[in-house]
Amino acid sequence: MTAAIELRKINKSFGAVHANKNIDLVVGKGSIHGIIGENGAGKSTLMSILYGFYNADSGDIIVDGQKVTIADSKAAISLGIGMVHQHFMLVDTFSVLENIILGAEDGTLLSGGSDKARKELARLDADYGLKVDPDALIEDLPVGLQQRVEILKALYRGAEVLILDEPTGVLTPAEADHLFRILEVLRNQGKTVLLITHKLREIMAITDTVSVMRRGEIVATRKTSETSMEELAELMVGRRVLLTVDKGTAAPGAPVLKVENLTVTDARGVTVVKNVSFEVRAGEIVGIAGVSGNGQSELLETLAGIRHPKSGTVTIGGEVLDLAHHPVDAAGMRAKSVGHVPEDRHRMGLVTSFAEYENAILGYHDDPAYSKGPFLNLAAIKEAAKGEIAKYDIRPPNPMLKTANFSGGNQQKIVLAREIERDPSVLLIGQPTRGVDIGAIEFIHKRIVELRDAGKAILLVSVELDEIRSMSDRVLVMFDGRIVGERLPSASEGEIGLLMAGVDDARTAKL
Amino acid sequence: MSAGQLPRWADLGLIPLLNLTAAFLVSGLVVLIIGENPIEVVQILLWGSLGFGEGIGFTLFYATNFIFTGLAVAVAFHAGLFNIGGEGQAYVGGLGVAAACLMLDSLVPWWVTLPFVILGSAAAGAAWAFIPAWLQAKRGSHVVITTIMFNFIAASMMVYLLVNVIGKEGSMQPETRTFEDGGRLPMLNDIFPFFDFGTAPVNLSLILALLAAFGVWLLIWRTRLGYAIRTLGANATAAVYAGISPARIIIITMMISGGLAGMMAINEIMGSQHRLLIEFVSGYGFVGIAVALMGRGHPVGIVLAAILFGMLYQGGAELAFEIPAVTRDMILVIQGLVILFAGALEYMFRPALIRIFTFARTPASAAPAAATK
Repeated sequence: MTAAIELRKINKSFGAVHANKNIDLVVGKGSIHGIIGENGAGKSTLMSILYGFYNADSGDIIVDGQKVTIADSKAAISLGIGMVHQHFMLVDTFSVLENIILGAEDGTLLSGGSDKARKELARLDADYGLKVDPDALIEDLPVGLQQRVEILKALYRGAEVLILDEPTGVLTPAEADHLFRILEVLRNQGKTVLLITHKLREIMAITDTVSVMRRGEIVATRKTSETSMEELAELMVGRRVLLTVDKGTAAPGAPVLKVENLTVTDARGVTVVKNVSFEVRAGEIVGIAGVSGNGQSELLETLAGIRHPKSGTVTIGGEVLDLAHHPVDAAGMRAKSVGHVPEDRHRMGLVTSFAEYENAILGYHDDPAYSKGPFLNLAAIKEAAKGEIAKYDIRPPNPMLKTANFSGGNQQKIVLAREIERDPSVLLIGQPTRGVDIGAIEFIHKRIVELRDAGKAILLVSVELDEIRSMSDRVLVMFDGRIVGERLPSASEGEIGLLMAGVDDARTAKL
Repeated sequence: MSAGQLPRWADLGLIPLLNLTAAFLVSGLVVLIIGENPIEVVQILLWGSLGFGEGIGFTLFYATNFIFTGLAVAVAFHAGLFNIGGEGQAYVGGLGVAAACLMLDSLVPWWVTLPFVILGSAAAGAAWAFIPAWLQAKRGSHVVITTIMFNFIAASMMVYLLVNVIGKEGSMQPETRTFEDGGRLPMLNDIFPFFDFGTAPVNLSLILALLAAFGVWLLIWRTRLGYAIRTLGANATAAVYAGISPARIIIITMMISGGLAGMMAINEIMGSQHRLLIEFVSGYGFVGIAVALMGRGHPVGIVLAAILFGMLYQGGAELAFEIPAVTRDMILVIQGLVILFAGALEYMFRPALIRIFTFARTPASAAPAAATK
């Protein structure tokens, strides 16, 4: 097998951070090569070097046996390297065709280029089975098809090597399967695919070869058929990790959180949560599964007091709240013993320019324990922060350090520690392990289960179906703002996946 | 990520120093172009502002104004608000000073008048900031636009009031009557007889300004309100998450900011002019923006930056007197360059410094990377 791409001794530093260390990588032509590693392991940096976003400090890139320099993405494209970004680079209000020719218009007038593109799209459809209506507007397409447009864009530009960066993050399981079939077709037609992911399951399902990155280095390259999830996980983290959540059966008590007919509209007036009802009992974890953007975030923020609903009631520990007419803000919900670990810790859960100890009281700064009249009781705050640092193994153990300087996992621990240590009776958790390394995931999951066993009601929102299934005692599936079904976590991935794709309960029941 | 970090001393000391040096180097070039000797100009500037008692007195007098207006801008800045209205708020603050002084000056000594003057000036400045604050908080009207507009409204209103309402009767001057002793703050000359500040009007307000600086430090870094202000300024979404009401904090912060700007009038009106007169603010409110930027929002930095600008004002006046070729406009050019380098180009030297520092700290790992370039 010849090499489509070969990297030799690639180095890249950002200031003191050595993001890529002596990377050697050979990607065989006509293969699917996976690159797996934790957040911050250097995967994205390496791909950015290959795609011309960054220039390597040293090292060689060899494409088809030729040593090349890739100064920018234009150079990468002309070498036949295409990239499908995690966040799509599409103009929502343009048609598929317009997006395809964007940047490759061929002349002042559009008609020549678009005629050519239309023919080319038909050929790509015939060759690879990549069907998409060239005149549809991007904003009208489901996410899976938008991703297909990204792939078509790369192929239209003559890509022989396709880099996909975390491609399944926004897809339902069925859409992900479909993507994998497309990738297989592409490989069988002689294209090379580089798949960047942190999901072990995907690596095992689709790749021929896998390289594991850890702390800027490639620590191992294996034939996928000769390795296992356990081995890869160990290579990623550098120690043995437990992939399953170790938890006993739940002993649910009385309902603590009860949501009835909750409807929420966003700032534009679009109804994002539609007449949702459910309850969470003491001592159970209720998971909300769903593809990102189906109302889970808004539901969570409403229960946390950040948004106010249009109608419906929320009952917390027996107190009925008519939030539509008597809104309660986030401080008020905290006073009612509702803790909230927000989905996006950078945007919402932390002030990254603050010192760690200052974030340890975010939302609780008016708590008498942390204040002396109008003043902050800095001694008490730092004491509490130190306690949380020790208990949650937050590293480095320095409450004075700027929060931005902690890793993703440790930042998440700061938020979790803050919310859990206030001993809330209801804990709302959004994406507890997004961007968190495997080692920390294990720890975070354990803490949440402990909290459940202490008799708290926990509502968990995650787009990682694996996480929902392994953590929850009951699973609710949200689609288009509605709860379309409830399943036990033991239900098959396919069954929950169908619900996530909007196939409602009545229809899945027949399957 | 540890990249992009500078040691604190470099961030707070070295960068302002570099910016200042750059400003003076360019200023020196300008001086050369008009055919004067830059060294001589610097000598006169320094001597004029620090070389003798009266010079120091004037420098400190101007610095007092800048401390107040600089603090005003900085407080708002911590909440993510850009208060451009210091000029108007200080101007209206003069009304509060004058009201208290005109009412009490012939009845009680100055130290009885002072608390009313402080309250009056702060309340007037805060009231002037309230409307833009309310519009920002409730209607989303950008505070930069509204505070600028309120500067103009303040200017017109003050002319009207001084001409038609509170002006001295039988006088064509748009100003109030001169205050009696009960409306005059003691000069530092009188408090510290061993200093000789000559005729410089530096007065008790300087102490007040320093107390205000300490108060701002306490407020921002030691109180719950300050925590809420900083949270809103650093991450508004996190503030809502934390249950902090942005509208409430915007209004409170802007009123504190306006109050501080209003207190600048104490120095000018009760401390120096002893009457409310037209256009007494003459740009101190705007320079406060540069002072706050250069002082990096920290009271200590603001006091230092205020002294620097005081030096430029006083030394510049001496300079215009000593070297006629260096006119008032030239002084403005030099001030403008300082503002440009210290304010607008604040981060110009930062990336280079960061590279130098990270290189110095990790010579082993950085060396091979650098060698290939």
